[in-house]
Amino acid sequence: MYCDHCGKRPATTHIKKTVNGKTTQWNLCAHCAAEQGIGAMSMTGFDLNDFWGSLFAQPAKVSPQDTVRCEDCGRSFKEIAELGRPGCPTCYRTFYDRLLPSIQRIHGKTQHTGKVAEKAEESVKKDHELKALREQLAQHIQNQEYEQCAALRDRIRELEEGETT
Amino acid sequence: MTTKWYQQSGTDGDVVVSTRIRLARNLNHMPFPSSMTAEQREEIIRPIFEAFPQDGTGAFQCMRMTDLSPLEALSMVERHLISPAFASQDEGTALLLSPDESVSVMINEEDHIRIQAMCAGLALDEAFRAANCWDDFLDSRLHFAFDDRLGYLTQCPTNLGTGMRASVMLHLPALQEKGVIQQLANTVSKLGLTIRGMYGEGSRPEGAMYQLSNQVTLGITEQEAIENLKSIVAQIIKEERQYREQLRQSPSLEDRVYRSLGVLQNARLLTGKEFMTLISHVRMGVSMNVLDTVDLNCISSLMVDAQPAALMRQAGEKLEPAERDARRAALVRDRLTKGA
Ligand SMILES: [Zn+2]
Ligand SMILES: [Zn+2]
Repeated sequence: MYCDHCGKRPATTHIKKTVNGKTTQWNLCAHCAAEQGIGAMSMTGFDLNDFWGSLFAQPAKVSPQDTVRCEDCGRSFKEIAELGRPGCPTCYRTFYDRLLPSIQRIHGKTQHTGKVAEKAEESVKKDHELKALREQLAQHIQNQEYEQCAALRDRIRELEEGETT
Repeated sequence: MTTKWYQQSGTDGDVVVSTRIRLARNLNHMPFPSSMTAEQREEIIRPIFEAFPQDGTGAFQCMRMTDLSPLEALSMVERHLISPAFASQDEGTALLLSPDESVSVMINEEDHIRIQAMCAGLALDEAFRAANCWDDFLDSRLHFAFDDRLGYLTQCPTNLGTGMRASVMLHLPALQEKGVIQQLANTVSKLGLTIRGMYGEGSRPEGAMYQLSNQVTLGITEQEAIENLKSIVAQIIKEERQYREQLRQSPSLEDRVYRSLGVLQNARLLTGKEFMTLISHVRMGVSMNVLDTVDLNCISSLMVDAQPAALMRQAGEKLEPAERDARRAALVRDRLTKGA
């Protein structure tokens, strides 16, 4: 089920509203729920067991994502939930969408606003550029506009090679 | 010998004993410590040891926890240099320590790296500057795991974002006597803070010592978290001082302070619990100028030196509780009669 608001991300927050005797259900993703100020937890008595317990509470839907493993430590989302902790930093990126509701329950917010690591800004920018270039490339291929593709491919390769150094 | 940070008292020292800033950091492409192999643990330790200045005046002491005696490790917990869990001295854990012991770096604790800066009294900005400076230093060499949405990536999701835990150790004898600590704990929890006992999570309050820390780390800047903590500490200080003034009206306060000093100066056996209770009274008396023959620095040092592991470390051997009580009494007697 996708988010009723943005239609892009999976819905993780479900709210029933009754107005004039008519009940409607809203299904929101963590992003949109946060934007609406829904689901921000009170900061009292946070219990880590609640956090990981809530991972189990989500119905284990069979989706293509369930075969996904963290490329650094090899853990699946199921293993993370069972062990009660992510295996490595990359787990957070790999399972971002599925961890987000729980993270939001802990902190009430989902976007970091503090200090930025030295290398981050550069690599974050590069990630964004790569993503945009790949989308452009796919679009050109779909439209059969092959003349622009070579230049795009070169730029993508350049960025990717820069990543490994 | 360099004066250690805990042998002093600082700003608002009548209520605030010490300040601590801790930053949790991790490296990319490496499992978190709970699932690391021995080789991977070494891969983290080596570059950090190499990065730190090891000679000259600012040299850090680099040590593997397994090389320390259990007594040394435990006494570090008593000095608030390491967490109680880190004192179990697991294989592949290491510690860096500045000469005055105000900066420590725990390697392969819950996270790959935990940078900690301590100051006497209320000094959140100063402690943050120190921790932040070593964070920059290590980040420029090691490149910490960071996500533009989730901030610094930490093993426990409760530390995501800034990875910063800012804490102040508060001496709250008057508020404790009034029985309002639980109420205070409920109030601060609504503001995103927690109050715990002296040695952090799960520890019981001893000698009216309480640790106040921020809880939320994502979606709040380091500065905001610190300002938030500061404003709440300011209110707690004000209340504690007000209650102390109320206590001053009664002759029983002066009696209790001098009685406690009398026992500390004369006892031949002191259990850790009794010592903490009595020194807490004396500390309050000194802070309120009811007593002027002892100073706060002396009390700060004593509160570290009279702890069990510190006593055994001083003695150079393991001691039975009864022997410890005798040594504790002797140490306290010596320190508290010197100035008088
Ligand atoms: Zn949405
Ligand atoms: Zn992983």
